Amino acid sequence: MQEERIVKPCAERARANMPDYAAARAAFTWAEARNSLDGLGQGRLNIAHEAIGRHVAAGHADQVALRWIAKSGARRDYTYGDLDRETSRFANVLRDSGLAVGDRVYALLGRTPELYIAALGTLKAGCVFCPLFSAFGPEPIHARMEIGGAAALITTKRLYTRKVAGLRDRLPDLRLVFLTDAEVEGTRAIGPLTDAASDRFETVPMAPEDSALLHFTSGTTGRPKGVVHVHEAVVAHHTTGRLALDLRPGDVFWCTADPGWVTGTSYGIIAPLTNRVTMIVDEAEFDVARWYGILEDERVNVWYTAPTAIRMLMKAGADPAAGRDFSALRFMASVGEPLNPEAVIWGNKVLGRPFHDNWWQTETGGIMIANYASMDVKPGSMGKPLPGIDAGVVDVTDNGVHELNEPMALGELALRSGWPSMMRGYLHEEARYRKCFRDGWYLTGDLAMRDAEGYFWFVGRADDLIKSAGHLIGPFEVESALMEHPAVAEVGVIGVPDETAGQLVKAYVALKPGHEPSEDLRRDLLGLARSRLGPAVAPKEIVFRKNLPKTRSGKIMRRLLKARELGLPEGDISTLESDEQ
Amino acid sequence: MTRDQIEQILRAELNRIAPDIAIDRIDPAAPLREEFDIDSIDVLTLVTALSKALKIDIPEADYPQMESYADLLDYLAARAG
Repeated sequence: MQEERIVKPCAERARANMPDYAAARAAFTWAEARNSLDGLGQGRLNIAHEAIGRHVAAGHADQVALRWIAKSGARRDYTYGDLDRETSRFANVLRDSGLAVGDRVYALLGRTPELYIAALGTLKAGCVFCPLFSAFGPEPIHARMEIGGAAALITTKRLYTRKVAGLRDRLPDLRLVFLTDAEVEGTRAIGPLTDAASDRFETVPMAPEDSALLHFTSGTTGRPKGVVHVHEAVVAHHTTGRLALDLRPGDVFWCTADPGWVTGTSYGIIAPLTNRVTMIVDEAEFDVARWYGILEDERVNVWYTAPTAIRMLMKAGADPAAGRDFSALRFMASVGEPLNPEAVIWGNKVLGRPFHDNWWQTETGGIMIANYASMDVKPGSMGKPLPGIDAGVVDVTDNGVHELNEPMALGELALRSGWPSMMRGYLHEEARYRKCFRDGWYLTGDLAMRDAEGYFWFVGRADDLIKSAGHLIGPFEVESALMEHPAVAEVGVIGVPDETAGQLVKAYVALKPGHEPSEDLRRDLLGLARSRLGPAVAPKEIVFRKNLPKTRSGKIMRRLLKARELGLPEGDISTLESDEQ
Repeated sequence: MTRDQIEQILRAELNRIAPDIAIDRIDPAAPLREEFDIDSIDVLTLVTALSKALKIDIPEADYPQMESYADLLDYLAARAG
């Protein structure tokens, strides 16, 4: 790797928000980081105030906060002043509709302005915001709304009638459904309500430990986990935006992640606004020419995207980028899964600057390990821990957690607990939450190594979770959907390597006696999975087997399916009772 | 190849990827991705399969011409017809 190192010139280091990583790390305290935010007096704060209210109060009401690019290409700007008024209207609607502080408000929306207004208006009103990915099918939506006890939902007519209407009798806590574009039975159109509401609302002052955000993440077994984040998390959102993404007031910033996932909320809504940038929101999905066009035409300064998208750009070749003016682009970062070294180097060649990979999880709430503007990039490495974050490679045994300090030792990536955006719980699952912490460490479930210079290198997941196009997918959820089919006896779901998406979901299916594998049955199963789970979670490949490898207790050995798929050694198969056929 | 033959191939490939969607019930003028509930990986799979089945090259730069089912069919008919 040494020869591929991308060295940062002195002038470039000096220009960064954090010119000297070691010095910043030595001087950093979270208490001081808190002082860079305003708060609401008496130790209270609200994410919405840090994102909008304080900038308006400081005279920045006319700065564009959000530039929305519609699928059609039309642009609509919202200033900080506009966002302040629109979110106040939304907060008033919530309050007038009888929602109380702490109630959970869900959004199932594409990347439209309503989503951003709903998120910040919800926080303003002291309610908890929970974004759902709009490509989810009814079952993931139901599980997430039921676990979170969703009190209100904002969505569109299309998404409501397709995915939610049929779930209503299974969601007893859901009192209110607002639609952005219509009104159908059992819902209310949000437009007339916000039009009639006052554009003034006194932001609810929250205690630092009050819940603010709920994000769901997949587990290896069982149902998705509802990860709780508190208002205090904004200290980390703001700080990491400044240090890891080099955000500066007035920057044009484009985070391509959908707010249905944690990146799209922490860095697609909160961190950019607290750092008073102009954020670009594109409603459309990935498209090579469109994306290069946005980078060029909007004069994007800082760009935060994902490996799958970068690899799709690489696939399209250098031509679509040729002749374009990317001179405004100062910093590029990537997250979602490890960025392969080729992609880092490709960025440097074609766009004139490297991608800076960083690492974090839904549970960490914000970036924890990163490559910085002022630091040399070792392509393939996730970088070094943020100031204020202590990371280690550890070995977990019955006797406790032991840090492995020799360079390139392989172990579990762990973080010293206690940073502001650390999750405060898995909803209703205290035991599962406790299991993540040991001896003062948060155990990430990722395997990693640290080199002699302190750079961290991702190795893999310690469990069976699948990372596809940056989304974490629990095999159990997919297996459960396929098991609903009357012909299916057993299912094992794994991630298989894919050059674009990182991994793709692949299902191994064994049929009940009397059923034979066929193309029709494959389509039937795929159709079932897609309609239950949506395209982001449903398998991309389904294969039939007579029998799946199982343990004595009947547990399907996904690890073995995976080893065979990859042609790797099968490891310890002492628990194998019944083998694949 | 006639437009009908091309449409048959398009329908077969879409059905392979999104078998739960009844093609006769979609809005051919609406965004393809939404009508078929497919993601960008599915789109790549579809384009790869179509370019193989129709023996045509479909560059990334042409993707904006395939916004809807009708657009995509027009595009394929113009290239492979």
